[in-house]
Parts: sequence; structure tokens; C-alpha cells
Amino acid sequence: MDWSFVLTQTLTQAIGIQAIIYCLAAIGLNVQFGYTGLLNFGQVAFVAAGSYAVGVIVLTFDLSLWLAILVGIVVATIIALLLGIPTLRLRADYLAIVTIAFSELVRLTVRSIAFKDVLGGAQGLNGKIGQDFHNTNPLPADFQSLPVLSWTRQDLWVVIVGWILVALFTLLVWLLVRSPWGRIVRGIREDENAVVSLGKNVFAYKLQALILGGIIGAFGGIVWAVAKQSVQPDTFRPEFTFFAYTILLLGGAARVFGPIVGAILFWIVLAGTGEFLGQAIQAGWIDFLQPTDVGNIRFVLMGSGLIALMVFRPQGIFGDRRELALDAK
Amino acid sequence: MPSDSAALGTAAEQAQAALANVEARPGVPKPDPIMVADHVRRSFGGLTAVDVEHVEIQRGAITALIGPNGAGKTTFFNLITGFDNADEGKWSFNDRQVSGMAPYKLARIGMVRTFQLTKALSRMTVMDNMRLGAKGQTGERFFAAIFPFLWNSQEKSIAQHATGLLERFNLHEKVGDFAGSLSGGQRKLLEMARALMADPELIMLDEPMAGVNPALKQSLLGHIKTMREEGTTVLFVEHDMDMVHDISDWVIVMAQGSVIAEGPPDAVMKDKAVIDAYLGAHHDSQLTETGESLTDSSNGDAR
Repeated sequence: MDWSFVLTQTLTQAIGIQAIIYCLAAIGLNVQFGYTGLLNFGQVAFVAAGSYAVGVIVLTFDLSLWLAILVGIVVATIIALLLGIPTLRLRADYLAIVTIAFSELVRLTVRSIAFKDVLGGAQGLNGKIGQDFHNTNPLPADFQSLPVLSWTRQDLWVVIVGWILVALFTLLVWLLVRSPWGRIVRGIREDENAVVSLGKNVFAYKLQALILGGIIGAFGGIVWAVAKQSVQPDTFRPEFTFFAYTILLLGGAARVFGPIVGAILFWIVLAGTGEFLGQAIQAGWIDFLQPTDVGNIRFVLMGSGLIALMVFRPQGIFGDRRELALDAK
Repeated sequence: MPSDSAALGTAAEQAQAALANVEARPGVPKPDPIMVADHVRRSFGGLTAVDVEHVEIQRGAITALIGPNGAGKTTFFNLITGFDNADEGKWSFNDRQVSGMAPYKLARIGMVRTFQLTKALSRMTVMDNMRLGAKGQTGERFFAAIFPFLWNSQEKSIAQHATGLLERFNLHEKVGDFAGSLSGGQRKLLEMARALMADPELIMLDEPMAGVNPALKQSLLGHIKTMREEGTTVLFVEHDMDMVHDISDWVIVMAQGSVIAEGPPDAVMKDKAVIDAYLGAHHDSQLTETGESLTDSSNGDAR
């Protein structure tokens, strides 16, 4: 049983590229759900939009990555408008239904054979999507690896810029929620009619929150495409959105640092149990499981952990229990 | 009351003097209406909840809108504040046609309402609730919000205004508390104070006394009178005739969706149509074994 392997692998993944992607998606959800109370169950559609925007612009149209990032922002905005304009005047549930359906619609559309020439079909887009970004890598060319964290030179540069992005968006959210703008969106979460009665255009604010959260989510997708140099349609399944919600609730919704701590914790649990079980099976400690079961078992454990969290600490790590105790109306 | 002394008197005296010569009948024109509504209709399926032919609200006065359960008072409120859509009808505010306008725009031009079921924003502090009421805040715009120096000074003056109002409403010790931790009566006070933050010309209170204990009722009545002294026109919905009698300058009575009587409180209380609407037409007759005299006022609240 190689404990040091379990620990280093867990740590590498806890603050690795996947954690950054989920963290960005969860920051977006925090704006939408945590602060504004919008039930967006299709965050993965925004992530997919980011990924595909850069993939298509760079590979299919052979244009610069920096332009592609702008396109990603524009596409996320268009999706938010498309989803928000018809539903945000209605009750909260309508957005939830429409977004979850839309996210599957996006996945099935991009992987369909009809758009294979542009979007790559079920194989997705593979190639040097992030080359423009990796060319800016300031790390020494003979870089081998950090002492404990097993990233390549390329991955480390993504991780550094990724966490800088997380920090920037967290700062933006922090500035926004402590402003009068944030007061209005929190008011909308509590009772939108009260906010309307005070002369605020609630619909416009909900739309702004949906767009901002969507754009942050799209950046998750951009990081993904750049880091992996590929875009795979089947990674954008609805589970992604639910994992992002798990991360948000783990850290505590409507808390600025909730998504960061939630994402790290989520990957510690997920990677930690996975590596531990894998090693334990190899060492013969566990004989009733096959190595192929590990991937599923860790999600069972994650689910159990989430249930325990809801029972014992429903407000998440950073949340304030007294707030939950207040009646919501 | 002679009209020459009225010009010098309090807002209450002025309002009463202005209404002194107005005939007490449904739909009567007022000398200086802030709001005029015509042919406002709203039906839910087969039930016509509101069918108001013509009604005017006098500027600077406290007008009570009363009526038994299901009379359509709250629905009428929802219609004219834009929270519900009328089937037909036109209404104007300050001589400006406002029918069909979005509710937030109505609030911006000075028509601010409260709700029957108090809408204190529970998980926000009392101060944040108050600040939300202020109009024209720079920091409410997305890009300006990111730069605190653009709105910090405005925020301070809003907080000052809010503190003043909270002192008046006896909530100043609760400034930092979550609104959800206040008692029912305090939430009513908070909602009223918050509405005043929006600087309304016409404040519309939907059952401000519902679920409030008698001691707090007295202070609420006081606050409503103070609003009139400050030049705010008050329109409020209430069930309780006794309470209405104490503070209102004019009373409009609705029953089954229409205005059935109007007038100063004393006259309205004696109006036979009003007594019948509240108590049923046979309320003075002997109770029969079938108890039919009790049935008229038992229909539900149609909202």
C-alpha cells in the first residue's frame, strides 16, 4: 500500500485542472442560485459553450485563441438571453425545467452527425486548441515537475492561470454582492415582488445574474478545452451541473469562498477515495471489489457524504445556520 | 368647517375640508384627485372579482378601502399597482395614463405599495431592507457596482435617511438584525418604513393592521397619520370599520367587486348598503332555526 502515492495524487487533483473547471462552474452557479435564487440546472451548457466556442474557432476556423475566448463570452451571453427572456418572468421552476432540457439539447446537438464537419460529432474536436495559450508559458523549458504535485510544465501553467481566473471572478463576485446591485439580487432571492414594489426592474437583474453566471461557467469550459487540447461532447452530461451544485452546497451557497473550498473538498473526497480504494485493492486489503468498481464506488461515497452534509451541516462549510433557521418568507 | 381656516390647519384638517362638500355616493368626483380609475374589470373564470365603474382618490388625504372578505379590495390593489393584469379599464396617476404599466415603473413614479402578507426580506438585515427602498442608486447599475467609490457617498446618505426613518418607526435598535428575526408587527413597521424610503407620493397599504396587537395598532395608526402630515397620500385596505373610522378622511366601500358606497367615515358607517354588505340584509331580524341570516358574509376572499 503506497500511502504517499495516494496523498500526492489526491493533492494534485484537489487543486488541479478539474477542480478549477468545477470551481468556475460553481462560482457561476453561486451568482445565479446562491445570491439571486435562480435555479439553473443547465450550467453544463454554458461550460460546453465555452469549450466548443474555442474549439471551433481555433480548429475549424483556424483563428486565434484570444478571439475564440471573446466568442465564448458572446455565445454564453446569447444562451443566457435565450434561456432567460422567456422564463425569467415566470415562476422559478420554469427556468429549472428549461435549463436542464437545454443542456441535454446542446450535448445531443453538438455530438450529432449532422454537424460533424464543424463540431466534430461524437469524437469531438481534437488538436492544438490551446497552442496560443501554451506559447505564453513562462516556465523554463527544462522544467520537470514540482516536488509533490505531479503536473507537467503545460499543466502547471494552466493551473496557475486557472487559479488566477478563479481569484479574479471571486473578487468580482465579492465586489458585486456587497454593492447595491448585490442587495437587489439578494432581495430577489428572498421575495421578488417586494423588490418590484420598490421600483426595481427585477427581470433585468435576473437576466444580468444569469448572464454573469453563464460567462463564468463558460470560462470553465475554455480552461477545459485549453488544458486538454480537446473537446469531448459526452463530458457535458447533466451530472456535471449536479457536481457543481454539490460543490456549491458543500462550501455554502451565497458565500464568496464557498465554491473554492467546495471544489477542493469535492476533489479531495473524490480523488482520495478513488486512489485509496485502488491501492487497497492492489494491496489485497479489499477482495470483494474489482479495480473497475472504484470509479462508481467513489460516487456512492460522495453521495453518502452529501446526505450527511445535508443532515448535519445543511448550510455548508461557510454558511450560517441561523440564516437557515429564519423562515424564508 | 369653514374653508378659509382650513388652508392654515394641519394636513388632516385640510384633507377633511377639501372633502367636506363632496357628495357621498359611489364614483363621486374629488376636487384634487391623485388617481382616477375607470371601468376596471378583472374576472377569474366565471367570477368577476373586480368591476369598478369609476373611482377617484383625493390627494393628501387618507382614504380607506373597506369591504367584507371577497369584496375584491386586494385584487383591485393588485390591478392598479400592476401586479395583476386587468381585463379592461384605464387608470391614471397624477393625470398620467398608467394602466398596463409595469409595476416597478409605477413604484418609480411614486406609487408604492405594501402587501397583505408582509414581505420583509428575511435573510437580509433591517438596514439592507431599508436601503433597498431608496430610488436612483448609482451602485445598482452592474458596472458601477464594481467600483465602490462611485456610490459610497450616496450609500452613506441613504443610510442616514434610513436611520432617521427607523428611529421614527422604533426599529433603530434592530438595524443589524435579520429581518426574519423580527416579530410580525415589527415586520409590518419595517415594510412601511421601507416603502417610505422610495419617497412615494401615494402609498398603498394592504391591510396594515392584519395580525398586529392592539398596542402596536395604535402606533401604526400614528405612523399613517404622520405620512399624511408629510404630504403623502395614503390609500389603505382594511376590514375593520372601527379602525378605519379613527384615521380616514374618506372611505370607499367595496362589495362583490364594485364600489357600493363612498363618503366620510361617519356617513359610510350609517349607510344601509354598507351594513347590509357586512352583516347581511337580515341582520336585525330574529335568527331563524335555519340560520339563514348568517350566510351572506361567509364567502371566501377572492384574490
